[in-house]
Formats: sequence, C-alpha cells, structure tokens
Amino acid sequence: MVEHDIVIVGGGLAGLSAALNAAPGLDIAVISKVHPLRSHSVAAQGGINAALGNHPEGRDDSWERHAFDTIKGSDYLADQTAAELLCQQAIPMLYELEHLGVPFSRFPGGVIAQRPFGGAGFPRTCYAADRTGLVLLHTLYEQTLSKDVHFYEEWLVTNLVVRDGRCYGLVAYDLQSGEIIPIKARAVIFATGGYGRVYQKSTNALINFGSGIGLAYRAGIPLKDMEFVQFHPTSLYGKNILITEGARGEGGYLINNQGKRFMADYAPSAMELAPRDIVARAIQTEIQKGRGFEGEYVYLDLRHLGKEKIMKRLPGIREICLYFGGLDPIEEPIPIQPAQHYSMGGIDVNEKAASPVEGFYAAGECSCVSVHGANRLGGNSLLEAVVFGKIAGLSASEYVQESQGEDRAARLVNEAAAQLKERINQWLSKESRGNVYQLFHRLKKIMMEKVGIFREKGPLAEALEEIGELRHRYHQLALRSDCLQFYQELVTMMEFEYMLDIAEVITKGALAREETRGSHFRLDFPRRDDQNWLKHTIAEFTPKGPRLTYRPVKITRYQPQERKY
Amino acid sequence: MAKYLFRILRFNPARDEKPYFQEFSYEASEKDSVLDALRSIRDNLDPTLAFRYSCREAVCGACGMVINGQITLACRTILESLKSQVVVIEPLPNFEIQKDLMVDMTPFWKALREIKPFLHPQPEIPEKGYRIEEKQMERIYQFINCILCGCCYSACPVVARGQGYLGPAALAKLYRFVEDPRDKRSFSSWAKVDRPDGVWACDTVFRCHEVCPKNVRPADGIEGLRRKLVVEKIKRLFKKEP
Repeated sequence: MVEHDIVIVGGGLAGLSAALNAAPGLDIAVISKVHPLRSHSVAAQGGINAALGNHPEGRDDSWERHAFDTIKGSDYLADQTAAELLCQQAIPMLYELEHLGVPFSRFPGGVIAQRPFGGAGFPRTCYAADRTGLVLLHTLYEQTLSKDVHFYEEWLVTNLVVRDGRCYGLVAYDLQSGEIIPIKARAVIFATGGYGRVYQKSTNALINFGSGIGLAYRAGIPLKDMEFVQFHPTSLYGKNILITEGARGEGGYLINNQGKRFMADYAPSAMELAPRDIVARAIQTEIQKGRGFEGEYVYLDLRHLGKEKIMKRLPGIREICLYFGGLDPIEEPIPIQPAQHYSMGGIDVNEKAASPVEGFYAAGECSCVSVHGANRLGGNSLLEAVVFGKIAGLSASEYVQESQGEDRAARLVNEAAAQLKERINQWLSKESRGNVYQLFHRLKKIMMEKVGIFREKGPLAEALEEIGELRHRYHQLALRSDCLQFYQELVTMMEFEYMLDIAEVITKGALAREETRGSHFRLDFPRRDDQNWLKHTIAEFTPKGPRLTYRPVKITRYQPQERKY
Repeated sequence: MAKYLFRILRFNPARDEKPYFQEFSYEASEKDSVLDALRSIRDNLDPTLAFRYSCREAVCGACGMVINGQITLACRTILESLKSQVVVIEPLPNFEIQKDLMVDMTPFWKALREIKPFLHPQPEIPEKGYRIEEKQMERIYQFINCILCGCCYSACPVVARGQGYLGPAALAKLYRFVEDPRDKRSFSSWAKVDRPDGVWACDTVFRCHEVCPKNVRPADGIEGLRRKLVVEKIKRLFKKEP
C-alpha cells in the first residue's frame, strides 16, 4: 500500500499548481497516467488572461472588466463570485508565474506582452508566442523538481474510495508492474482534465478520456453543468489540431467560399473575435448552407499578417500547418472546422475547490466551480488551472492539518483494490465478444452527430438510448491478453465505463435543458430562458442513471442582459 | 488508401528472451501518421502492442521512436512522406526497452534533475513584474521549444558510449537558465558541468541537431556553456580575492 498526506491525481497545470502550493512539511504525491510533461496542458497555445494593462489599448483594463467579460461570455451562467475571484487573482498569479521562470513574450519597455482574444473588451491575453501551455507546464514541472514531491508516473487511478461522505484514498493500476495498488490519502485532489475524446472530432490529446470526472461521479460526487461542451471554431481540417484563437487575435480572417468575411453577418462588431460558441456556430452554419469548401470547412486566412508577424507570433501554428496540413499559412489560407475543445462542466466544487465530500478537492478542467458557465473565454482555462490548482493545494493542506486520520482507511482502500482485482480476473476468464475500441469509436460518433454543436430533442433522445445499448455491450467484453504490464486495452476497458457515464450525463442534461445558452444550442428552443433556466444542472449517480437537480446561479453586480457582440 | 507492411520491434522482457520483429500488413490512408497506424494495428490486430503517445501534434514529446532508420516523433511522421510501403518501427536507442516501443527514460530524467532545471530568481517578486527586453530573451527562445522527447539523447554518440554523459537536452536546458536574465544561480553551482562527462564530453558532431523534431540546436547551448565557463574562469584568474 502507498500512503501520503495529499495525493494529487493529474500532472497537468492544475495538478502541478496544487503540488507547488501545498503546505511545506506535508507529504505530497502526484499520480499521473502519463509523464506529467505529456499532459494536455502542454498543447495550450494562445495565452492566459490577466488585466495587466500592458497593451497600449488596454490601459483602462481592470479585473472588474475581466470579470464582466467572463460573465457575459458565460451567458450569465458563471457564478459571479467565482469569476470575480478568478479575475482578481489573475494579476498576482501572472507575476508569480513570471517569477517562477515562465518566459512570456515581451513588449518594448520589457513588460509582459498581451494580445486581443475573443469576447474580451481589452487585449489582456498574456502569451509566450503560441506555445503558452508548453512554457507554463514545463516551468511548473521543473519547479516541482526543486521540491519534495513524489511522482507516480504511468499509474492510472481507477477508483476513488469514499465512505459516509469522506474520502479515504484511491486505487490505481501501475502500468509498468501491471499491479493494482491501494493508496491511502488524507486528502485527494483531482486535476484530471477534460473528456474531449468522448467526441469524434476533438482538439484534445488522445489520452483525454475524462475518466477522472467519471470516477468521482461513481463515487457519489455530483457533476455540474455537464451539457456545456465547448467547440473551438478553428481546428485544422482533417486532423482537428487546434489553431489558436491567437491567430484571429493577431488579425486573421475567416472566409467562406464566396470570399466573404462572414462573421459580419453574425457578430458585426466583434467579427472574428466574438466568443467561441458564436464563432463555432457561425462556421458550422456557413458549412451547412453550402458556403464552405467540400462541405467540410472554411478558411482561416493569415496571409495579410505577413511573414514576419507569422514567424514571430505564430511559429507553432505555421509548424502545425506545414507538417499536418501540408501548407504554409504565409502562402495559403488554412482550412479549418470546429471541433470539441473544452468541458465547461465537471466535478461540482466550490470556490475553495472543495467538493461536498470531505477531503476531496478538484481543480482545472475536470472541475466546475463555475467560472466559465455556458461558454469559456479563450485564455481563461490556463488561468483557471493555475489559480484554482493553487487554491486546491492550499485548501487540502488546511484540511489535512486540521483533521484526524481514521483507522478504517487502510481497510477501505484494500477492499476497493481487491474488488478491482476480482473484476479484472472476471475479464480474463471470459471469452471476448468484440472489443472495447469498437465501442469507443461508436460512442464518439454518436456524441458528435447527436450531442454536438446543434442539438434537438429527437437526436438527443436517440443518443441516450444508444449509449445505453453500448453499456450493455460493454458488459459482455473481456480482455484479450493476460499480460498486464503496459496493457493499453486494460486501460481503455477501465476508462471506457467512465466515458459512458460522462456521455450519459452530458446527453441527459442537454435533453432536459430546454433553452439555448452559450455552447448549448437547441434548435427546438433557440432562445435563452432566464425565467426557467438561469440555474446550474447538478447530476448525481444512481444505478438507474443520473438524477438531475438544479441550483441557482450566484449573481453579484452583473445583471443578465442580452449577449451581443 | 494503400497497403503498408509494418515491421515492428516487439519485446516483452517478462516473456521474451530477446527482441524480434513482427510484421503487420495493414491498409492505411497515406495521410495517416505512423502513430495513427500503430493505434489502428493495436485496436484491430494486436491489443498487446505497447507504445507511448498523448498529444498527437508534436508538442508533448511522448512518441519518439525510430521509423525507417530515422529518430523522430511517430505523430508527425505522415505515411506518404516515407516514400515506402514498408515501415520499420523500433524503440529509441540509448535506452532500455520496457515493452515493445516503450523505453525506460529514467537516465534522461535523472540528467535533467541534476542540472537543477528551474529558475533561481531573486527572493522577492518585483512589483508589477520584471522588465526584460525581448532581445534578452531571444538567445534562449530556441531552447524553450524543447519538448523533452529524448530524441537527441538517443541519437547522441557520446551517450551511447555509456559513461554517464548528461546528454544534449539537459545541458541545453541548463544554458536556457544560465542565460535567463532573471536567473541568479551562482557560478559555482552550475560549474559542476565543467567536467569530462559534462560539457566537455560533447563530440560536436551535431546528431542532436539533425534529429530534433522542434529545430532546437542543443550543441549551441553546450558551446555557449563552454564559452561562459572559459570566460568566467579567466575573469576569476585576474580577480583578486579579498
């Protein structure tokens, strides 16, 4: 058995921020299913928001303006106290990150550079060219090497052990040894990231199954606002690799097959820099109306920015286009289409990153505080990961220092590990019927087609039924090899059940929410309905499927108004 | 679509005496990456095939391997670019094989730890941040592109000799910090690399430059460290100790 004061699951930005900020003297471990530097945070490109006011056009910026933009961007579903906390903390956090070594791009005069981003009233997105996630993740990881943090790499957490409203630890599969390990922890922080790969077209890393969200849910922790799924407007056609919003922030145009900057029809004043939900729908609409190319994509044109600007500010985008698209954006426009990008919803936590279960915390994309509401603004996810990662580290430390361990913890985690071993043995002793990858590909297709950008009652109900059928087929599966070292099929078998749970919660929430808000667009209910739906969806696990309840949104000083850009 | 023959090095230390090649005949799109093909083979033909991956966009550094003799990232190697219907895939050299295409990168991470790869800043965060001109940072920008994939380490002939050389990536990383205007580490703390298996071990044959998937030139950093060491030592020679 492994034992630590605080076990952080996930080695991306939120997890490492938690590890760096946990109280010195406590015994801290980070468990990750990949080496921390392979976490999806590394792929973030465009930047991180803070109202530093360094841009010549951003002198009047303030954290209050940042909070307003975030709340308006969220279509008023964000909890305003949480958004205010995030935006207030952003400014000192940026200086803290710089002090830890993050090599931000600079403006003349030596201050941190900032660029315009979608839905923001001022240019406030700080960046390091177009590799902001890479430099943030590497910096935080390298900083943890100066501290006494224990890393368990390539361990997949498979179960969360909760009893009587308290968290006791975890069970994990150690890929290298092939063993199932019980883990005792006084506090657990989940920083397990999003579930992008539940969708067929996603900008996310291939490892983003979201099983962390699913296993918290199965352990009885509610999920919040799961029906809000962000589609990024610009992913490279064919591979769906992210093309940063920074490309439009630097001045890129979106062009349809008539050569027109069509955003004029959807967001005449913000144009290409409207929030992501609006731009993604606009692109999808153009494609569906026959104004795309090959019925699949539109163009993102950077050519007028010139070689120098592209090479300096967007070198990574050029590299992606050259290698994965076979084109040079200096010479040619980039074919792009929307793809799943971010999960606004997640594990239900409060502003201290605490869940309703004692000793269990969550931060970053797997969590829902909520600061993003129905639609996240670009540049706010890296910010949320570091700010709430830090808060989770501090909160969990405080909890560990003020609470007592319990004798039954060891017994409970051992029991959970034994149950999992038993389950694997059953998988080994059965005859295999089909394989988990087939079901996985089917699920992704259903979600893309029926629970995507545009939603409607009929297809949503069908999706729910089909997910149920997949679950039935999943229970008939078996493992095809008995060698458990580095066994990726076993990883997928264990994670896939949680993906089914997530898909079910997203779909059921989307079916129930009979309005349009932010990323959730209902063709049959195309208007926002504050009278009935200005509230968070809370989904709790029951053996018969999710039970949905609702909770009011916290409103401070920004009254909901019509969202125009 | 085209028919490809994949010859993949297989080795499971728990079960096999020695590594062997296994062939998979598979129809794939020419636009697919080698990583796409490996995943298809695993999903459809052999669930036990083991290899690392994550981002599939050449930024996480997980999928370094040898493809038709070239050390590279599988995610960024598009099948048609190979100009061959036969694709030979082997694990990165200079590392022990853990299983199939997965290697044990422990020595690589250990070398990284050894150079203390984190900023040693002044004690206090400056009010409203640091003032650094872009020019001062330009010297280190190429090293910031490093994704720690280990390709340079596995291509390095000095590492291959097995005498505890820190390797290109770790030394380049050290240079990135030493040159950072915010870094306050003392000369003596980093001058540990002034040793035969430190910066002086590099043969300057630039295999690391050839294989780096991110166009980093680690030997620039190694040469930079050498220059700094020499200049600093000469300075000290003429400086009278109080």
